[in-house]
Amino acid sequence: MKPMRRNKLFALSLAGVFIAAAGCSGGTSSSSINTGGGGSGSSGTNIQSISSTPPGGPGSYVDGVFTSVTVCSPGSTTNCQTIDGVLLDTGSSGLRILSSALSVSLSQQTGANGDPVVECLPFVDGVTWGPVQTADITINGEQAKSLPIQVIGSSNFSTVSNGCLNYGAPEDTFADLGANGILGVGNFPQDCGGGCTESGANNPGLYYTCSGANCEVTTESIANQVANPVIFFPTDNNGVLIDLSSVSGAQANVTGSVIFGIGTQSNNALGSATVYTVDPNYGNFTTTFNNVTYGDNAYLDSGSNALYFDSNTMNIPVCNDLTFWYCPSSTLNLSATNQGFNGATGTVSFVVGNADTLTANDSDYAVNGLAGPNPGMFDWGLPFFFGRKVFTAIEGQNTPAGAGPYVAY
Amino acid sequence: MKLTILSGILVVFLLPFPAAASLGGDVTSVQADVARMQATLQTSSTDSYTIHDMQAPTGVDVKEYVSNAGKVFAVTWKGPVHPDLQQLLGPYFQQFVQAEQAERKQRHGHGPVVIQQPGLVVQISGHMRSFYGRAYVPQMLPAGVQAEEIR
Repeated sequence: MKPMRRNKLFALSLAGVFIAAAGCSGGTSSSSINTGGGGSGSSGTNIQSISSTPPGGPGSYVDGVFTSVTVCSPGSTTNCQTIDGVLLDTGSSGLRILSSALSVSLSQQTGANGDPVVECLPFVDGVTWGPVQTADITINGEQAKSLPIQVIGSSNFSTVSNGCLNYGAPEDTFADLGANGILGVGNFPQDCGGGCTESGANNPGLYYTCSGANCEVTTESIANQVANPVIFFPTDNNGVLIDLSSVSGAQANVTGSVIFGIGTQSNNALGSATVYTVDPNYGNFTTTFNNVTYGDNAYLDSGSNALYFDSNTMNIPVCNDLTFWYCPSSTLNLSATNQGFNGATGTVSFVVGNADTLTANDSDYAVNGLAGPNPGMFDWGLPFFFGRKVFTAIEGQNTPAGAGPYVAY
Repeated sequence: MKLTILSGILVVFLLPFPAAASLGGDVTSVQADVARMQATLQTSSTDSYTIHDMQAPTGVDVKEYVSNAGKVFAVTWKGPVHPDLQQLLGPYFQQFVQAEQAERKQRHGHGPVVIQQPGLVVQISGHMRSFYGRAYVPQMLPAGVQAEEIR
């Protein structure tokens, strides 16, 4: 299917979001060595360990990777807490923390009328609703000061606006999210972009100001929008590298690292990775699979817990009860071709196994071969990241391979 | 598939329309949807149905598939956010929300929505700033029309 192209352009302003500040945390000072293998061998202050072990324990999650984030009241180095079990998501931008996991007080952002700003963030499978607050964030040696984040499920804003409910079912609880929060480190510097700075019908309705339970859509400047924390780092602020070990079938766990910056340190060089630029409006590239081309309709998403694609004429059967996953009678070895907006192409080999079998053990948190149907788009979820180093470059940020947005692996 | 352009582009300005039921509703609900979205409308047709293609200023593109009997049997959308799904799915919205919540519990993680019920199919894909979705009522597909045509 050829892409439907639209002319709607977002203003791609990056003004005013860079805050250079000296880090207050010590971090570690070991040298940075990269072995070139997946998942291990690197150290430094720009690296944070990740693991597929979910905060909710057995049966709560499969094929997610989680990390911890230290959240401080703005300006404080003592009023801080470290929150673990935060889902690492290249499919979104911005830090979102469940109110139930948050014990430090943050600064509430207010709109022009003085009322608190509250956000409705549509995900593919529901919406998150909650106030926009600013925090000082530390991840190992990296620090983002006065970062606007979303606090999800706050009891002070328990009435989700009708406009937000129109986007789908809220996922504002630990049970819904399966995580204490979401660390969005995707291709975009902010979650919304230019659309949310516009008034009237141009505004997609993500930011509200609320007077009590009465909430109305508001304009939100780029500088005030919930932002990818990486762009707030003084250095290593052009993207991330996710480095995960390989996984064979169903395993108890997979570990690895998220390394901040691209080509900024010895542990995050692009090396031999191929750069696939993505559509600057939508963050997509092109995948061709089984003679069907998903033009401008494919993406890498560590926050999707399987490979999701249409098997079309292959007719891979879905599972009887888990109809969002495939259940072939034997493991399938498949391949597809990815193409960036820059024309770069590469073949990806992948496997599709029987999801009923692969997810039979609730304590197996890392599963290669998990896949499911998805008419219209090709979603390279977490299994794509197994055994790879995957770079996500942020729109407008310079890297040794040019400015983002792109993915590279 | 050859599509014939039936009419040009017409712009409808915001009017105080009541909430409209789209999926499963009458073709008259299309105008209400266009007005609420402040969209531009373009229509095209095959032998079996007419596609009402609405472009909203937010960049969201909604297509409503209307049978020759005047019923909206399918809708699709694409854009940086979802459209107003309560408006678009109408009487099927609550069924969709319940199925979305149920699927989330089963999936043990996050991913595209695939609701495949006897009376309702809803599929939603994408990520922040790029969403795609389609919904249809299988029983309402005109004779000879395949679900694959709904894109």
